[in-house]
Amino acid sequence: MSVLVFAELDNGSIKKSSLEAIYYGSEVAKAKGSSVTVLAIGESSNEALAIAGKYGASKVLWASDARLNVASIQAYSSVLAEAVNATSAEFVILSKSSLGDAVSARVSAKLKASIVSNVVDLPDFSSGVTVKRSIYTGKAFATVALTADKKVIAIKKNAVNVVEGDGSASVENFAPSLNDADFAVKVTGTHKASGQVSLPEADLVVSAGRGLKGPENWGIVEDLANALGAATACSKPVSDLDWRPHHEHVGQTGIKVSPNLYIACGISGAIQHLAGVNSSKVIVVINKDPEAPFFKAADYGIVGDVFDVLPRLTKAIQAAK
Amino acid sequence: MKILVCITNVPDTTAKISFTDGDTKFNKTGVQYICGPYDDYALSRAVELKEQHGGTVTVLNVGEAESEQVIRKCLAIGADDAIRVNTEPTDSYFVAEQIAHIASQENYDLILMGRESIDFNSGVIHGLVGEMLGIPSLSPVMKLEIDGGVAKMTREIEGGKEDIEASLPLVLGCQEPIAEWKIPNMRGIMSARTKPLKVVEPVGVGLTITEKYALPAPKGAVKMIPAEEAEKLIDLLKNEAKVL
Repeated sequence: MSVLVFAELDNGSIKKSSLEAIYYGSEVAKAKGSSVTVLAIGESSNEALAIAGKYGASKVLWASDARLNVASIQAYSSVLAEAVNATSAEFVILSKSSLGDAVSARVSAKLKASIVSNVVDLPDFSSGVTVKRSIYTGKAFATVALTADKKVIAIKKNAVNVVEGDGSASVENFAPSLNDADFAVKVTGTHKASGQVSLPEADLVVSAGRGLKGPENWGIVEDLANALGAATACSKPVSDLDWRPHHEHVGQTGIKVSPNLYIACGISGAIQHLAGVNSSKVIVVINKDPEAPFFKAADYGIVGDVFDVLPRLTKAIQAAK
Repeated sequence: MKILVCITNVPDTTAKISFTDGDTKFNKTGVQYICGPYDDYALSRAVELKEQHGGTVTVLNVGEAESEQVIRKCLAIGADDAIRVNTEPTDSYFVAEQIAHIASQENYDLILMGRESIDFNSGVIHGLVGEMLGIPSLSPVMKLEIDGGVAKMTREIEGGKEDIEASLPLVLGCQEPIAEWKIPNMRGIMSARTKPLKVVEPVGVGLTITEKYALPAPKGAVKMIPAEEAEKLIDLLKNEAKVL
């Protein structure tokens, strides 16, 4: 019985959300008196992967086959399932993401495993294995029992308070058996904004809505985000109007975020928008309309003009550095 | 081309969520049900593809009799027939098993669904079904064109998108802007009444049990900062909320 964590890589380094999954896995292992193995797939280095030890992993399996450098749902699922069998893992832990959802689903079907996504807390082992998960787009929670022998748990950001230790993990080469069917899907082009803080990974998010009046005014939002080291996001109308790209849209039908801090600028706070951000730890709302419904969901509020307030906040942050 | 579109019957996005029976059941009183918004995109694209390439669109729902209103709306939008698996969709694995079981009885070229349901938001059904059927699964797909037996797609990835190609058959989780939502017209509504809706019983068992529900703790009162003193916010975020 052991715990296997599927870690996603970004430019060779383990993603922050995956480090959280490793720590979550180490807490599960502690409770079960067992150890954590991490599976990393794609281009990386021994040094970059050994970091997993700081989050409680004892071993990293590294599948470095060059065919795996471009993330493939089919191939990654095959590799993960093989690693589960090789380590006799009872638990597979990963961070919820679009790749994580797809891979964990196929792995559950391969292993006939219980799968629960959007988990927000450590499991309860007092009677079987139960987890608390977010449902109705953050508007409620459910307590779910996992009844199969193998269990796949996909965690939401901030599901666990990570404490970094000083352990180090050994890195072992993992050579899975792959076949052509694993590469039946061809990626013919990738369009990725570079140099920006990734929205689902971000601890701090600055988001703006129609109150910004036009895409040409986004400079003040980006300035504040840069000063904070935050990711930028937007409301649905802004993405629908093509002021900002779709991958920045947070809300019921966009990306769901749960950062430590969410600053909403010129967003009224429709229920569909709140659904995407309601699990943020702290919410700040800046809006010139004192009746904006978003204030009811906020921790801090400023009734004011975003064109006046945002540049002043940017200056105050720069001054405080 | 034969297309299967899997749809969910879910509370409207503005529905107030509450529970009954000692927090063990969802309170359906006064709740308006809709076809999942992502499923609506999948259905709309399926109907467009049928218009372009010919073929049939079958709607599949795993749900109880109350789903039939939403199923009829899907038929009115342009699906040809529908299948309802008569059971409560309680567990991802169980729902996927139903879809795979139905899909394995016909040769569908495409199995489309929303990227996730808006009640449980797991986003794993397409992957489970793909693996159960032994065919590729992709999500979230925002663009889909069919050229011969090949699907050309655009998929959203973190911070951007990627272009992909794969041979049919495929299972796809869909999201905007794959198609424009369609609104049923009067002729569609009339014809939907007589289109076949087959009800079948479920197979297999789930691998999770939902024991209890809870609502989030109510949010404390908002602390207002006068606009003239906006700079104070930074100090509060640092020293009071401790998030900076």
